[in-house]
Amino acid sequence: MSPSLSQGIPLASQVINLCAAIMLLIGFAMLAQRRVLTLINLFMLQGFVLFVSTLIVALTTKQNHLLWSAGLTLLLKVIALPYILHRLIRRLSVKWDIETLLNIPTTMLIGIALVIISFNVAQPISQISGTITRATIGIALACVLLAFLMMITRSKAVPQVIAFLAMENGLFFAATSATYGMPMVVELGIALDVLVGMVILGVFFFQIREQFDSLDIRHMERIKEE
Amino acid sequence: MIELALVLAIPLAAAVLLALFGHYRVAADINSAGSLLTLVAAGMLTIRVISEGPLVVLDEQFFVDPLNVFLIALTALVGFTTSLFSRPYMRIEHDHGRLSASRLRLYHSMFQMFMCTMLVALSTNNLGILWVAMEAATLTTVLLVALYRTPSSLEAAWKYFILCGVGIAQALFGTILIYFAAERVLGPLGGALLWTHLDVVKGGLEPTVLSLAFVFLIVGYGTKTGLVPLHNWLPDAHAEGPTPVSAVLSGLLLNVALYAIVRCKVLVDGALGTHFAGNLMMGFGLLTVVVPAFYLSRQKDVKRLFGYSSIEHMGLITFAFGMGGPVASFAGLLHMTVHSLTKSAIFFAVGHAAQMAGTQIIDNIKGLIKQSPTIGWGLMLGALAILGMPPFGVFTSEFMILTTAIKHYPWATPILLTALGVAFAAMFGKVQGMVFGEPTGRPLSHNPALLPVFLHLGLVLMLGLWIPPYLAEWYRQAARLIG
Amino acid sequence: MNFYAFFAQLVALAVALVMAPILNGWVNQCRAWLQNRSAPPLLQTYYTLSKLFHKDVLLAHNASSLFRSAPYIIFSCMALASAIVPSLSTNLIYSPAADAIALVGLFALARVFIALAGMDVGTSFGSLGSRREMLIGFLAEPALLMVFFTASLISRSTSLSTIVETLAHREFVIYPSLAFAGVAFSMVSLAENARVPIDNPTTHLELTMVHEAMILEYSGRHLALIEWAACLKLFAYSCIGLALFFPFGIPEAADPVSLAIAGAILMLKLAVGGFLLALVETISAKMRIFRAPEFLGTAFLLAVLAMLVHLLLEAGQ
Repeated sequence: MSPSLSQGIPLASQVINLCAAIMLLIGFAMLAQRRVLTLINLFMLQGFVLFVSTLIVALTTKQNHLLWSAGLTLLLKVIALPYILHRLIRRLSVKWDIETLLNIPTTMLIGIALVIISFNVAQPISQISGTITRATIGIALACVLLAFLMMITRSKAVPQVIAFLAMENGLFFAATSATYGMPMVVELGIALDVLVGMVILGVFFFQIREQFDSLDIRHMERIKEE
Repeated sequence: MIELALVLAIPLAAAVLLALFGHYRVAADINSAGSLLTLVAAGMLTIRVISEGPLVVLDEQFFVDPLNVFLIALTALVGFTTSLFSRPYMRIEHDHGRLSASRLRLYHSMFQMFMCTMLVALSTNNLGILWVAMEAATLTTVLLVALYRTPSSLEAAWKYFILCGVGIAQALFGTILIYFAAERVLGPLGGALLWTHLDVVKGGLEPTVLSLAFVFLIVGYGTKTGLVPLHNWLPDAHAEGPTPVSAVLSGLLLNVALYAIVRCKVLVDGALGTHFAGNLMMGFGLLTVVVPAFYLSRQKDVKRLFGYSSIEHMGLITFAFGMGGPVASFAGLLHMTVHSLTKSAIFFAVGHAAQMAGTQIIDNIKGLIKQSPTIGWGLMLGALAILGMPPFGVFTSEFMILTTAIKHYPWATPILLTALGVAFAAMFGKVQGMVFGEPTGRPLSHNPALLPVFLHLGLVLMLGLWIPPYLAEWYRQAARLIG
Repeated sequence: MNFYAFFAQLVALAVALVMAPILNGWVNQCRAWLQNRSAPPLLQTYYTLSKLFHKDVLLAHNASSLFRSAPYIIFSCMALASAIVPSLSTNLIYSPAADAIALVGLFALARVFIALAGMDVGTSFGSLGSRREMLIGFLAEPALLMVFFTASLISRSTSLSTIVETLAHREFVIYPSLAFAGVAFSMVSLAENARVPIDNPTTHLELTMVHEAMILEYSGRHLALIEWAACLKLFAYSCIGLALFFPFGIPEAADPVSLAIAGAILMLKLAVGGFLLALVETISAKMRIFRAPEFLGTAFLLAVLAMLVHLLLEAGQ
């Protein structure tokens, strides 16, 4: 990090820290959520927080390519993906309730443990970092792990996919806020991959439901080790 | 420059073309022609790199050195032979009514797209693009694995997508961490994700960050390599997808993922100055050799069987790279080559064998040699080769790996030998049962293309007896790069 | 100065005693408006209290002395609690006693007595209410402590006046941890004050009531004291919340002028807070009692998160 960038405005860094905290909070809210619709809305909110933090980083550090990635986040994560998901669940007439494999309080406790672990892991990194938002990398890692946990504990396809997207959000947050953005090509590529993946999954949902009469992953136990 | 552009552009153009015309009968020929052109371009690129040294082109975004040009050539070769094999194979599947014309179009287009993403992953200089290409490769293969749209193929594809998606997300985090460390040295505009730049400054990168990054990277790309305990998707995907896809998954994709790990290991070694990355790879490698060996004997599905065998060999290669040093890296590269060639040859043979028998269950496949000597012997020789029988190349590389292990890590040798022995016993018996005996199947409606099988096995045999001097020199250069 | 501190302490106590029923009335009024009902007068709680004070006490024949003394203990706990919370000034004579942990202990003491009193007569409703109350308390207290710890970590002291001083007189810094702690604290307050998502202060439906079930056997001035204590508890929680999360306008000095200004600001903040409480109660539905652990678990989680976020994001700054 060049010295000119590390002397950002403290207020901006505070707002980014706030965004980080909200990201984490939304991560937990998603973990605790029982309804698909709310889950999508939370995902949208997380995308929006990501957009705000990226925008602030872009404005404070005057890195123009981050403006593009902020715009991309807004388009993709706040508008396009939630729209696709909403349409999907309406077309699939998914049941509104999510079934979890573990009860929610236990999941939450594991979540807290994960946060502590990721904070510890990120501690040495935060200490050497020169960016104004050095602490956010721990939170980004925590968001990724929480999304991972959500993926493991959900038995339906749609929540799993939302968890997958939330994981992407955490990574994106690490890329933009903690390190001030990866090169533009990479971000474009990532965004494209996410979008394509989403479309493929959308097609998949219909196939899975056609074949299994349900989007419950637990039905998928036909392939077994002998 | 132009060669590299061709290597990347031809599969892309072929993918677009096949997306439009993939349902015609001529599509398979377009597919083969595209792959052939890619192979020719890759050959030209190889000659260029051998004669002129490493190539950095296109705004430094692409970079070809002895390490990856060898994999590019291998990828193009196996891609071409697989396209030859898939011509009759897919026609037969079409005749059996398992695939409609539109599915064939999807298959052909995605096959070329898959080749394109892998070639991009191999030739890019940007660790971010490498990640993007790996993810794109995952997406294309997800579509390929789910091609039959049966419940089990959907299940396999779903598992594959979720596991590899999660894995590759970890890899992205690792990449971000590398960027994070590099940016402090190179600055935001210094190309902090470009491997060539990173390689120059690797000694100055923050060791703590890099070691953490490597953990994420090995878990991430390791999922795609099929390292235990992240290997669950691999047998399913191999068994449920069409056989040409199994062949390229085993023969190519696993290599590319391992290549990504090796590239990162070079950086991490430079930054840490310790054997941390190597130890991690050796640990994962050893586990990956041992665990599948014991699964082999329980397999009932022939493609799952060879899927597990791929996992085992990936473990061996990872172990070799983990040991490091000129001999072990040389052996690792050689093993990568011979494993790709042998395993794809086996899948070609297995594909037709399963078509004849109408099933993939090992117990129901019998008498291949009587019914079709070429397929039968192809499978038999392939199995012997993959089990490390001399004079095949697999023996040479395994021998080198084992001798290096005896010299530097004697405790690992008995473990490796036991695992290889168990694998031999499990697999040989099963293959014997399929090859000999009275045939049960029906003849194929199209003549199988078995040239690829014997071409691959011939190459493997050659590599076992005699490695051409320029190839050996090339391996040596690449091994030096890996360190 | 000491005189001022003594004076301010007296004023604080008086304000608490007077304002608490009004706050309760205000919340009820707002709630009625929001639900499109005609509202009771602002002083309705006073009318109820005076009515109750004029009534005779009717005791169950097996009620022990604990049953009779409990209302006084509860009332004095709550009065003390609301007096030591630095709502008007941080320079009160009891300031040294206003320790966050002591405050939690004070609330716990009151809870123990009300629960014991609920079981004392031996009716099934009383024990049922006590059991539920203890369940809620068992879950709410750790969360409350966590909230206090977070605030204490920021100001490096468990003394409420020091916390408020640090928070009120700092330069403007966004503390994400405080935001989390604030949400957690609101959730705990809702539970502790027997408010809607957990309990309904106006219901006497046996399946759902918690607080009301315990005090079912009380009448006359005992009931009045308990009702008043409940109002005081709400007031105390509101003041703690305001002091921790919106401390602006709480002066260090204790002279009459600043007290008056602080009083006016406090009224304003309480009015807004009361309205928000009514809003929350109106838009949320009461949970089944079995969901209460989840609700409070979330509060606890948020409080823990607040602490973690503080340790990671803010500790080095």
